Amino acid sequence: MKGRQVFAPIQDAFAAALLDADLPVPAALTTHAAKIPAKRFAVYRNNVVVGLVDALASRFPATSRLVGEEFFRAMSRIYVTAHPPRVPVLMFYGDSFPDFIASFAPAAELIYLADVARLEAARTRAYHAADAEPVDPMRLKALDQDALAELRIVPHPSAQIVRSRHPIVSIWAMNSGDKRVGPIEDWRGEDALVVRPRLDVEVRSLPPGGAAFLSALFAGSTLAAAIEAAELESAEFDLITNLAGLIAAGVVSKLSLPALPRK
Amino acid sequence: MQVSALPVSVGVSFKAEHFYDIIEAQQPLGFFEVHAENYMGEGGPPHAQLAALHERYSLSIHGVGLSIGSVRPLDRDHLARLKKLIGRHRPESFSEHLAWSSHNGVYYNDLLPLPYSEETLAYAVEHIDEVQITLGRQMLLENPSTYVQFAESTIPEVEFIKELSDRTGCGLLLDVNNVFVQAKNHGTGPLDYLDRFPLNRVAEIHLAGHDDQIDNTGAQLLIDAHGTPVAEPVWALYDEVIARTGPIATLIEWDNDVPAWPVLRAEALGAKAILDRTARACAV
Repeated sequence: MKGRQVFAPIQDAFAAALLDADLPVPAALTTHAAKIPAKRFAVYRNNVVVGLVDALASRFPATSRLVGEEFFRAMSRIYVTAHPPRVPVLMFYGDSFPDFIASFAPAAELIYLADVARLEAARTRAYHAADAEPVDPMRLKALDQDALAELRIVPHPSAQIVRSRHPIVSIWAMNSGDKRVGPIEDWRGEDALVVRPRLDVEVRSLPPGGAAFLSALFAGSTLAAAIEAAELESAEFDLITNLAGLIAAGVVSKLSLPALPRK
Repeated sequence: MQVSALPVSVGVSFKAEHFYDIIEAQQPLGFFEVHAENYMGEGGPPHAQLAALHERYSLSIHGVGLSIGSVRPLDRDHLARLKKLIGRHRPESFSEHLAWSSHNGVYYNDLLPLPYSEETLAYAVEHIDEVQITLGRQMLLENPSTYVQFAESTIPEVEFIKELSDRTGCGLLLDVNNVFVQAKNHGTGPLDYLDRFPLNRVAEIHLAGHDDQIDNTGAQLLIDAHGTPVAEPVWALYDEVIARTGPIATLIEWDNDVPAWPVLRAEALGAKAILDRTARACAV
C-alpha cells in the first residue's frame, strides 16, 4: 500500500516553479542549514533553463551567430519557458523554434533569421534520419527511356527542402564556417536541399524550379508531373541539370517504373 | 533476466568529438558509456559510431529520461524507445537514476529530487519492476546528488536505495562524486554513507568533477557539474570504496567543458591505477 499521497502536490509545485521564477520556492523543501533554501532551489531552475537553452544553441549555431550569443540566449530563454520539451529526447527539441523566431518582434529586422533556423532544424533531422543507400546513378541510364515519364522515386529518409525568399544557403554557409563571411552581391531567394546520403549532412542551393520539381517527386508524382510543376514555377527550369543534381546528391533511395507490357 | 556485466576495468563517457582519437589506437579502457536519449534518432553518425565502439569495447547505456522517481506512471513511449535502442546495440549494462525529470507532459532535462517515504518507495519499485520486465534485463540504479531535502522524508536515502534493490533485484551504480556532494550539501559524512550503503550490490562506479559554491546561508553547496577533473577528496573516497569492495567497473564522466581526449584519457588512467593496485593486492 502506498499510504498517504503526499508527493503528488509537492511534485506539482516543484515542477511549476522550475520554469516560473515568480512562483515561490516549494514549501516542502528544506535543508540542514535553511528553512527556505532559495539559492539551492535556484540551482534546479538554472539547470533546467540553461540546459534547454544550451540544447537550442547546439542545434541552431548559425542562428546564434547571426544575432550574437547574448541576444540568442535571451530569445531562447523566452522560448524555453513558453515551449518546454514534451519528450525526453532533446535532439529534436526546437522544431517550433523557427516559427517562434518569425513572430519574435525584437528579431523582426533580420527577415531571413527564421528561415536560416528552419535550415538548421532540417540539418539536425537529416543527421538523425534513418540510413538508406542512395540509388546508383547508373541505374537511371539503365531504365527504359520510353517509360521515363512514368518514373517515380522514393526520397532518401534524410532529404528535405527548405524554401526561402532570402539567400539562406549563402547566409548559413557564411555563418557555419563553410564559407568566408562577405557581402552577398546577388540578394535573391534560395531554396535549400538538405540531405545526408551517408554520414555527412549536405546543404545545396537548388536551381530555378528545383524545389517545385523535387517537392512533386517527394510527394509521389511521376517525373512528367514533376517537370510540369517545375516549368509552371520557373521558365528557366532545366531538366538535365535537375535530374543529374538529384542523383548526384544522393536524394533518391529507390526508382520505380510501372511494369510495362512486353513488346 | 540478463544481468549487468561490464568488464572490471575503466571506461569514460563517450563524446562524438573524441571518436577519431579513440578509434585510431587501442585504448587502455574496457568500456564506453553513453546517454540513452542522445541515441534515440533513427540512424546517422551517432549509431554508426556507437556500433564501431562496441566492436572494440563493452558498452554501457545510461538513461536520463525515464523519471523513475515520479509519482506518475512511466512514459510508455519513452520506454519503447529505450527498448528499441537496447535491442539494437545490446549493451553490457543499462543504468538509470533515482530521480524524476518529467511531469505533466513536460520534460525538464534535469535529475530532480524526491522525498523518501513508503509512498515514493512503492512508486519507484513499480517503475523499476516495469523497466526490468519490459527490457528483460536487470538495470542498475544510481544514487543521486541533490541540493534540497523534503520535510516529508521518513526514510534515510541509503535505506531507501537498499530497499529498492531488495524489492526489485536491481543492481546499483555507486556515484562516488554524488556520495561526496550529498554529504557536503546535507551536512553528513561521506564515510557514514558508505558504511551503510549495500556495496555488495554495486556493479559500476561513477567518478566526476563538481563545482564548489556557497548558498544563501553561507553553507557550502557542491554542484554535480561534470565539467572539471575529479576532486582530490573524491579520489580518496573512491580509493576507500575499492579497498572495501575490490575492483569494480569504473567510469569517468565529463559532460560539460569537455576536454581534449588525452586529458580525459589521463583521468581514466588515474582510476585504472587504483583498480590495478587493488587487483594486485587482492591477488597476493
